[in-house]
Amino acid sequence: MEELLAILEELHPEVDFKTCHTLVDDKIIDSFDIVSLVAEIHSEFDVAIPAEEIIPENFNSAEALYRLIERLENED
Amino acid sequence: MQINVLEYLEKTVLQVPEKIAYSDGTESLTFRQVFEYSRAIGIFLLENGYTREPVVVFMRKHPNTIAAFFGTVYAGNFYVPIDEEMPRHRIALIFENLHPRVLICDRETKQLVKEFSYQGQVYCYDEMINTMPKEEMLCQVRREAIDTDPIYIVFTSGSTGIPKGVVACHRSVIDYIEHLSEVLEFSEETIFGNQAPLYFDACLKELYPTLKFGATTYLIPKNLFMFPIKLVEFLNQYRINTICWVVSALTMISGLGVLEKIKPNDLKLIAFGSEVFPIKQFQLWRKALPDTKFINLYGPTEATGMSCYYKVERDFLPEEGIPIGRPFANTRILLLDQENCPVRQGETGEICIAGTPLTLGYYNDWERTEQAFVQNPLNVFYPEKIYRTGDLARYNEQGELMFVSRKDYQIKHMGHRIELGEIEANVNLLEGILSSCCIYSPKKDKIVLYYVGEMEKAEMAAALKEHLPRYMVPNFIERIEEMPFTPNGKLDRVSLKQRYENRR
Repeated sequence: MEELLAILEELHPEVDFKTCHTLVDDKIIDSFDIVSLVAEIHSEFDVAIPAEEIIPENFNSAEALYRLIERLENED
Repeated sequence: MQINVLEYLEKTVLQVPEKIAYSDGTESLTFRQVFEYSRAIGIFLLENGYTREPVVVFMRKHPNTIAAFFGTVYAGNFYVPIDEEMPRHRIALIFENLHPRVLICDRETKQLVKEFSYQGQVYCYDEMINTMPKEEMLCQVRREAIDTDPIYIVFTSGSTGIPKGVVACHRSVIDYIEHLSEVLEFSEETIFGNQAPLYFDACLKELYPTLKFGATTYLIPKNLFMFPIKLVEFLNQYRINTICWVVSALTMISGLGVLEKIKPNDLKLIAFGSEVFPIKQFQLWRKALPDTKFINLYGPTEATGMSCYYKVERDFLPEEGIPIGRPFANTRILLLDQENCPVRQGETGEICIAGTPLTLGYYNDWERTEQAFVQNPLNVFYPEKIYRTGDLARYNEQGELMFVSRKDYQIKHMGHRIELGEIEANVNLLEGILSSCCIYSPKKDKIVLYYVGEMEKAEMAAALKEHLPRYMVPNFIERIEEMPFTPNGKLDRVSLKQRYENRR
């Protein structure tokens, strides 16, 4: 989780990712962030997020995104 | 000869009145509705004494917004689109430049207007469209109109931090739409999927050909561009066959592996531009859609949209670039060297544009207009304007134009034209900032800001969101102890760029 928070905080230093659960709903992250996140997660966690998992539910909070990474890691 | 863009609408409404003109998937306007509502808005404005002046349209992205645009034109005015996505500070600067007397809002933006020191009238779209038609008023405006009257002002980035309002007229828009439609082969069958915001000239490609041909434009909800599978599903649901998008919207789909799972089956034409299309990503698209036509477009806002095109018909090596090709008919491109002479074959020069598509200049800004719209240096006999783009290009062996780079610190990022100097100007305005330097890393496609000052990084990021459009906010920010300088005392951008690219 710490690694993921570090990635997110680099993208948006002004956002508290530990408490925010409306990253997509409140337009805090945009399409450029999604593309960056998918790339960073791939290089840091060695997890490729498939296109069908790129949906609002998985990107609305750091927690949701972390659960997705864990789930994908376990599938391998 | 056509002298007004509204003639497109007036011809089409007789042919296909009940066909959908503009839709966002949820709400739609037919050509008859566009015709009636925009005329009602025109009469409303005339009855209240507004003509031949800027009318700010501050509405969300919606079919109604487009009817409001045409309504301002019916009254002989020119529309200035403003959007809630724009940062407050930028909107305030636009008001300062325009001194508008009238603004059209919708129910949602009505509250937002109050946050500004704007003193003029505010009218709600809904109250305007019920105005009784008065044919004679509109006819009189039309009788007095000429085709060099302005239609719109769109604002672009300026290096001093003050945005520039580009004023375009009927003649340049009609000329652009006619030649673009011919090359891209639009027709009444065309179903556009619009990506560009309505406050940029990029949306002309959809808005006006829709009127000309009785085609249909779907305004794609912005959040779909974050979720590529949903985006392709939207294209398929509405059988969208034509898209003119920024490259980053296309590479988002291909780069995330979407084309292997779902294809936009109806796409016949993909026009792209504003950025270099990485060949690897381009090949993914071509492989997925072998029967689709791909066209590269190039052009500055100051020449009403797009000036050059290239139909992709051959293969490219990964390290090659896709040409920007050649100018549309009735547009002339000059490549000039530093001495203002035409370059020799194969040499690089600045792209300068001449012809009817040139816009009128920057609104209420004579100084910057005179710097960019200048006398053709190759003609000393009579007045002939050219626009200096600041873009460098050369001709390849096939005689096709190849984009090389920018002359200055202007960059293209996410399809937007950005002056790095504008970002620095805004950073330097913040309290406690000693100096700043903004660089762009094409390798990582990121805008990077280094600054010296007391402000914390998080504070800086929050402050910049207030002052800059989202796409201009740096993707990476770092506070440093002191700025590196070159031996002759200039900010050392090269070493900062290396510092960024070599980190980790």
